[in-house]
Amino acid sequence: MFDFLSDYDDPSLLGAFWVTVQLTFFSAVGSLIWGTLLAAMRVSPVPLMRGFGTSYVNIVRNIPLTVIIVFTSLGLADIFGMTMGAPDDFEAQGFRLAILGLVAYTAAFVCEALRSGINTVPVGQAEAARAIGLSFSQVLRLIVLPQAFRSVIGPLANVLIALTKNTTVAATIGVAEAALLMKEMIENEAQTLLIGAIFAFGFVVLTLPTGLFLGWLSKRLAVKR
Amino acid sequence: MTSVLYDAPGPKAKRRNLLFSVVFFVLLALLAWWIWQVMDDKGQLRWALWEPFTQSEAWTTYLLPGLGDTLKAAALAMIIALPLGAFFGISRMSDHRWVRMPAGAVVEFFRAIPVLLLMLFANEFYARYTDVSSADRPLYAVVTGLVLYNASVLAEIVRAGILALPKGQTEAAQAIGLRKGQTMTTILLPQAVTAMLPAIVSQLVVIVKDTALGGVMLGFTELLNARGTLAANYANVIPSFIVVAVIFIVLNFILTSFAGWLEARLRRSKRSTGAVLGAEDVDELNAAEIGTPGTGKGDIV
Repeated sequence: MFDFLSDYDDPSLLGAFWVTVQLTFFSAVGSLIWGTLLAAMRVSPVPLMRGFGTSYVNIVRNIPLTVIIVFTSLGLADIFGMTMGAPDDFEAQGFRLAILGLVAYTAAFVCEALRSGINTVPVGQAEAARAIGLSFSQVLRLIVLPQAFRSVIGPLANVLIALTKNTTVAATIGVAEAALLMKEMIENEAQTLLIGAIFAFGFVVLTLPTGLFLGWLSKRLAVKR
Repeated sequence: MTSVLYDAPGPKAKRRNLLFSVVFFVLLALLAWWIWQVMDDKGQLRWALWEPFTQSEAWTTYLLPGLGDTLKAAALAMIIALPLGAFFGISRMSDHRWVRMPAGAVVEFFRAIPVLLLMLFANEFYARYTDVSSADRPLYAVVTGLVLYNASVLAEIVRAGILALPKGQTEAAQAIGLRKGQTMTTILLPQAVTAMLPAIVSQLVVIVKDTALGGVMLGFTELLNARGTLAANYANVIPSFIVVAVIFIVLNFILTSFAGWLEARLRRSKRSTGAVLGAEDVDELNAAEIGTPGTGKGDIV
């Protein structure tokens, strides 16, 4: 029943899911960094930075991820010659372009998650901290961020799970991850239902434990108010 | 302006903020100038590439039919997914374990799977087991994928909407002797639907964005797909991408604003119980099950 799986070795089933995991990991790291910068801008006292952060989030959130990813390939790479340090290796190029697109898109959601986390800290906390004479960095380090981080785990976990599912969009520019392999298999093999079940199972395995663990963590660490 | 992070600025902070503003403005200007230079270098600013968008042909032949298909798929998906979502959402709150558990399993399963996988599967399924013509198949597959995924998200929205209602509503209904079904259909659902409206409109944004997947992977002739045909004709890849992105932004911005307006209106309204499910709750429900649903009102009943 599973014989046909051995016909696929570039990439194999596990290999394709490994690419999915890698896409998720690198995009998660990248969007965490870029999203934190954006969030810092959105809550900064400088109006211009706030404006930039807000516009970025509102624009990027409203564009389909598919449009962004396809643009990285047809626009950035083909027209502007952005080869991501791999001019001849199309596999590596597509992989990196997909990460670039995923980071640009996911960062907007990371930014919103972080900002809502900061907003859950009551203003009175910071006011009390200032009243006892703590400096700006002390207020941030000792009072605001520890509370904000705890309430941000849940929303960030949601973003991570959505990102894991969104990596399938990389298939649109030919990155050999799980969805592309599924397309190839399901078109060539007779076992439609079985292939659907295998790949669905793969994604359930990837997303469910992450969701359960981070959901448990966010509940455990939640600030009781 | 006081926020949790900083106090109203004094003279020193005002000067520092001004300095940051100037530095940031210069950086942004440099970035804009650089993008302009690169665009110019590659000849993407030539009027010939942009001109088609000022003429009706590009719109009537390519963009508007594409946008039409995008809207058609999104509308169909929403209309089919709503009753399905209501069914699963209500089943999940059933008092009977053998109704609640399967409904929960179905909802969690379809929320954990990328919508692209559902579309690819539906496409192949229709090709092998039904006689849907190959011309109609992309639309069928896109709508099926969207329905399976969004019905499960809507099920969670329905559940969260009902859970968001004050407990007194159920208790009062029970006190006057209504049965469980009557409580649901005459008391809870009508109020929950109102509370859910902003969330449902926000979910439309997700649906509209996901239709683009079908354009690339299944050849469904929606907006992004139409962009490809258009760019092949006028050789204007970058301008066509920008125009299509702007169309998506405007469309989704209108939907988001409408959802925000509905939400604000419902929160102000004196006639409702004040239970509202907004856009932020939808973001949460689109991921997968982690802890409590949007309203934070507790676990599965």
